[in-house]
Amino acid sequence: MTALAVRLRFARTGYGKVGLAGSLLLLALIAVGPLLAPYDPSAIAGLPLQHASRQFPLGTDGLGRDVLSRVLWGGRSIVGLSVLATSLAYAAGASIGLLAGYTKSILDPLLMRAMDVLLAVPPLLFLLVLATGAGRSIPVLVLGVATVHVPSIARIVRASTQEVATHGYVEAAVARGERLPALLGREILPNVLGTVLADAGIRLTASILILASVNFLGLGLQPPAADWALMISENRGGIALNSLAVAAPALLIAFLTISVNLVADAVARSLGTSTDRKRVAR
Amino acid sequence: MTATELEAPELVLVDVPSRRRRHPLVGFVLRRVAAGIATLFVVSILLFAGTNVLPGDVASAVLGRDSTPAGLAQIRKELDLNRPASERYWSWLSGFVQGDLGSSVASQAVSGEPTPISGLIGDRIRNTATLALCTVLLLVPLSIFFGVLSATRAGSPVDHAVTGISLGLISLPEFVTGTLLVLLLAQWLGLLPAVSLIAIGASVFTHPSILVLPVLTLLAASLAQTTRMVRAGMLEVLRSDYVEWARLSGHRERDVVFRYALRNALAPTVQVIALNVQWLVGGIVVTEYVFGYPGIGQALVQAVSARDVPYVLSVGMLIAIVYIALNVLADLLVVLLVPKLRTAQ
Repeated sequence: MTALAVRLRFARTGYGKVGLAGSLLLLALIAVGPLLAPYDPSAIAGLPLQHASRQFPLGTDGLGRDVLSRVLWGGRSIVGLSVLATSLAYAAGASIGLLAGYTKSILDPLLMRAMDVLLAVPPLLFLLVLATGAGRSIPVLVLGVATVHVPSIARIVRASTQEVATHGYVEAAVARGERLPALLGREILPNVLGTVLADAGIRLTASILILASVNFLGLGLQPPAADWALMISENRGGIALNSLAVAAPALLIAFLTISVNLVADAVARSLGTSTDRKRVAR
Repeated sequence: MTATELEAPELVLVDVPSRRRRHPLVGFVLRRVAAGIATLFVVSILLFAGTNVLPGDVASAVLGRDSTPAGLAQIRKELDLNRPASERYWSWLSGFVQGDLGSSVASQAVSGEPTPISGLIGDRIRNTATLALCTVLLLVPLSIFFGVLSATRAGSPVDHAVTGISLGLISLPEFVTGTLLVLLLAQWLGLLPAVSLIAIGASVFTHPSILVLPVLTLLAASLAQTTRMVRAGMLEVLRSDYVEWARLSGHRERDVVFRYALRNALAPTVQVIALNVQWLVGGIVVTEYVFGYPGIGQALVQAVSARDVPYVLSVGMLIAIVYIALNVLADLLVVLLVPKLRTAQ
């Protein structure tokens, strides 16, 4: 089977198709949405907490900002920051795993024990402690979410590195006198990547879940940012007057996480690693 | 079982030739608990370092715009910020171990007097324990029910409904589930209270209805997860030779499922449920905040918002203790339930 066929096989399952269609639809909305927004997302456009009307299709929020415009802008941060955090996690986790797995030195136990400690802290507690110590900002949020994933990625990469390192072509590269970065990057990494990336979708879902939760708690992105999770948190007080200001972002987050997870699940199944017994902790 | 009995004395002879015979499990339990305590110790360093990343800033962060030089000096003195971090860590840890959780800085900034944290969180711990217990009591039977239902009817519409719904629920963050439940049940149908407003110190049992939405929210994601795992475990067992043998020898299907298959599928399930209870820890924090439920999670979020370092440290440490204890418990349960693992350490 060609590589492309393997990559597209997940789309043959029903859930996979639904998830892919949903994800693409949302990506399109997030990409094009800001162009369609009738108002500036942070501008006060009318009276606060109005019902849906022709002027404001989803009403206004507690400060009188247009909910529709904020919804159209509000997907960028949740998707962008989650993708960024997940990529950073892979970069850091893979580097640590490669180093620990290949160099059979003191580095291996040191790095892996550090990973064990990180695994012993509940992810949300870790992020809350970080917000207390380092303050609330986007870099802290992204680095925090990335750090949550690093230990499990490092473990998987380390295990497959140890296996790959026994192969003849690695020994040949060592005999040729290749230096460590080239050895790890060109000989080992390409052969480890498949195993690790099988879980990428599941990790992305987990990143979205935890990042959105921290934003909802008010400990990540700060007002006046337009962000779906932050919108739910801001508009909860006015739920009796304009429930759409809460319902719209809540339904969009639900749509996003379900779609991405359906794709992740289908991909994992098509690669033979069922997600039944796996869960990236929250 | 015979294998265990044959191997055990040999193990004991190799390990501790002179001492009294010890059950191999005792050693395992002791080692696992010791490892848990060691982890906890390292986690306490991590938590302390994490909350003290910017030591100079804490005092001004607590007071915010109201900061005066005198107030800052007072907070710095209260937090002992003039002493080196390692000294502060030791005095905090030794206090914590002896039950002295320190005092809240944020409430001091408001009331002018240091408030002991232990007095602030007693009721909250009880409320959170109630919430967690209600969730777990529903989670265990329901996940076994749905898991067995869907595994025994694999491929049927019932199975598709269970797997489809659980796949959807599993990916929802707690605050979205909670918000949608509030919209549906409290806002649009008017059946339940949307927030948990009860007097400080009052028991949640005086208003049991406030438990409904938080428990439903916590159940949504965790039930979906455990149901999937019970189903997977059950399917594996149903395909095994001894289940086939039981069917072929003419047992009724109901007996095959409940007397032969379920018992064997249950061992891994117990571990899965224990791990899920551990995962509930993060969910509880968010859920309590969504509903304004007066528990330990809500207190943590408020303390983080106020950058009340001693409060965050103490509550964080308590949560870490529960988290790690559940992890150890899950490991022990598996070893107890799977005889094979008792000797293969």
